[in-house]
Amino acid sequence: MKSMITVMLTFMMLLLGACQNKGSDKIVIGNFGSMTGAEATFGISTKQGIELAVEEYNKAGGLLGKQIELKAYDNQGKPEEARLSVEKLINVDNVVAVIGEVASTRSLAAAPVAQQYKVPMISPSSTNPLVTQKGDYIFRVCFIDPFQGEVMAKFAFNSLKLKKAAILRDSKSDYSMGLANYFIKTFESLGGTVVADEKFVSGDVDFKAQLTSLKNKSPDFIFIPGYYTEVGLIARQAREAGIKVPMLGGDGWDSDKLLEIGGKAVEGSYFSNHYTVEDPRPEVQNFIKNYHTKFGINPDALAASGYDAARVLFEAITRAGSIEGAKVRDALAATKDFNGATGIITINEQRDATKSAVVLQVVGKVFKFVESVRP
Amino acid sequence: MNEFIQHTINGLALGSIYALVALGYTMVFGVLQLINFAHGDIFMVGSFIGLYFIRYAIPNAEPSIFTAIMVIIAAMIGSAIVGVIIEKFAYRPLRKAPRINILITAIGVSLFLEYGGQLVFGASPQFFPDILPRRLIDVGGDIILDSNQLTIFVMSFVLMQILSFLVFKTQFGRSMRAISHSLETANLIGINVNKVILITFIIGSALAGAAGVLYGVAYPKIDPLLGLLPGLKAFIAAVLGGIGNITGAVIGAIILGLSETYVAGYLSSTYRDALAFVILIIVLLVRPGGLLGSKKIEKV
Repeated sequence: MKSMITVMLTFMMLLLGACQNKGSDKIVIGNFGSMTGAEATFGISTKQGIELAVEEYNKAGGLLGKQIELKAYDNQGKPEEARLSVEKLINVDNVVAVIGEVASTRSLAAAPVAQQYKVPMISPSSTNPLVTQKGDYIFRVCFIDPFQGEVMAKFAFNSLKLKKAAILRDSKSDYSMGLANYFIKTFESLGGTVVADEKFVSGDVDFKAQLTSLKNKSPDFIFIPGYYTEVGLIARQAREAGIKVPMLGGDGWDSDKLLEIGGKAVEGSYFSNHYTVEDPRPEVQNFIKNYHTKFGINPDALAASGYDAARVLFEAITRAGSIEGAKVRDALAATKDFNGATGIITINEQRDATKSAVVLQVVGKVFKFVESVRP
Repeated sequence: MNEFIQHTINGLALGSIYALVALGYTMVFGVLQLINFAHGDIFMVGSFIGLYFIRYAIPNAEPSIFTAIMVIIAAMIGSAIVGVIIEKFAYRPLRKAPRINILITAIGVSLFLEYGGQLVFGASPQFFPDILPRRLIDVGGDIILDSNQLTIFVMSFVLMQILSFLVFKTQFGRSMRAISHSLETANLIGINVNKVILITFIIGSALAGAAGVLYGVAYPKIDPLLGLLPGLKAFIAAVLGGIGNITGAVIGAIILGLSETYVAGYLSSTYRDALAFVILIIVLLVRPGGLLGSKKIEKV
């Protein structure tokens, strides 16, 4: 079946080859993301961030004298669609590089395809360490979960002085499972105890049973590494079940929808993130201003990461002076001290970015900056 | 012990939602011997009708029992209309066709509603606003009774009572049971079969619509594929209790709701969905007719 799809796509590529060959006056880059489904804001924000970067570069004269064109596909939040999107971007649209995904599970599904065709892939915000281990063409411009887990564990133990943790994680998500493991590792090494470790499955809507079990272990706080839709529902049901302790989480919480679903239940919760709108650096403030002008809303961290991923890519293409996969890859790997909206990005040997994380608190309708942690 | 009581309360609330959906399955099966696979999707449509009704018809309504009843009635009427359209255009033309044809049509209608729903409502989940004033009642011993759960339970109970009154105490119910017994004979003795079947669909769909709103109240994330799993589970509940049997459907649904909650609470939520099917297999092995189902002798 897979080979049949490849054959069909190759055939389509040959047909389309006539009108879209490498000698054209455009540089095509691809984006794939969840623009509908339970993590819809992830895909939409990322795409808008990339669009802003493309627009800025095109206004300034484009790349290597050519205009940039963005091709974006929706994968509905499904790993198998993510894989197909990348096949299509590479074989039909002849993209120079692909930017995507946010969710680690879908980046993991798509990465082998990019690696197979030797087309550089940059994940803007997948934090599971396994993503970039899929091959030397896979990069990311964000920190990884061992760091994120450590940040939240230290924050809970040292800053909030909480000793008993309860975990509620998504057994179907690579991101959630990984982040919970790293969190537990650091939290226990600091001297904290994990009194409960419950699981749910993404798509679930009823968490009362797990929450009732958690409540009986009387934890000091609940760590919920998940995505905003489930987290919002969990927060609501936790409060309904009479659980009053604080809730902590990771970058998967970042969406306005969290406030819409969770309402008052998420008030006062903490989560780690890639950037804060309160960062005074001019790169950040300019980005926020331009994004707001173009889209009429404030950018979340996914938008900022998408913007950074696109700019890191364009920068690399400029340095490489070519759109050849291998040369772009080498230039990407050499990215150093790039001044992005989400921080100073340096790509390390594992093709991950090393940069700081921030801890935010939900206060009213905004995510308020609490502290910043360096790697 | 307290944990057990809390799980039981949660399970009963979940079970009563399943029960409302299961009743529709069981009624249509009882009358037509048709498993209406689109039933779970009518449940979804009901949920969306409720959502749009709140959003556009009564945007400034304060959460109250009155608001909730208005939304439920709107969803019941809307779903009933959808049910009528489906019956008239998809099932009625096939009344004389082999049963497999109508079964496949039911699956087609189900897919049509799911993917048509994605087109109309959008594929991203939407959030059901609060339509009930929520109070958390601490009944002592750390057990929390959510007023929403109580309302859902009471509303389901009331709707079921109305239904059993309709089926067992009215002239219409008598015709319905007659058709269930034998469609041809009922026709011969002057029962307007098409009319009774239509009303059965109206009642079944209206119940599904009400369940859709109650589901939205309990789990405020709704999307066009929402009906899939609850629909399947309600079907299992109906089979478990003995399909075609109204009391059986309610008992089956409560058993399913309770056991799912216990499994997620004491074992792991990973097994929750699997459990429903395990129960189904066991019941089919031990009592093929379901818990309250009657053994029918097939005459050859």
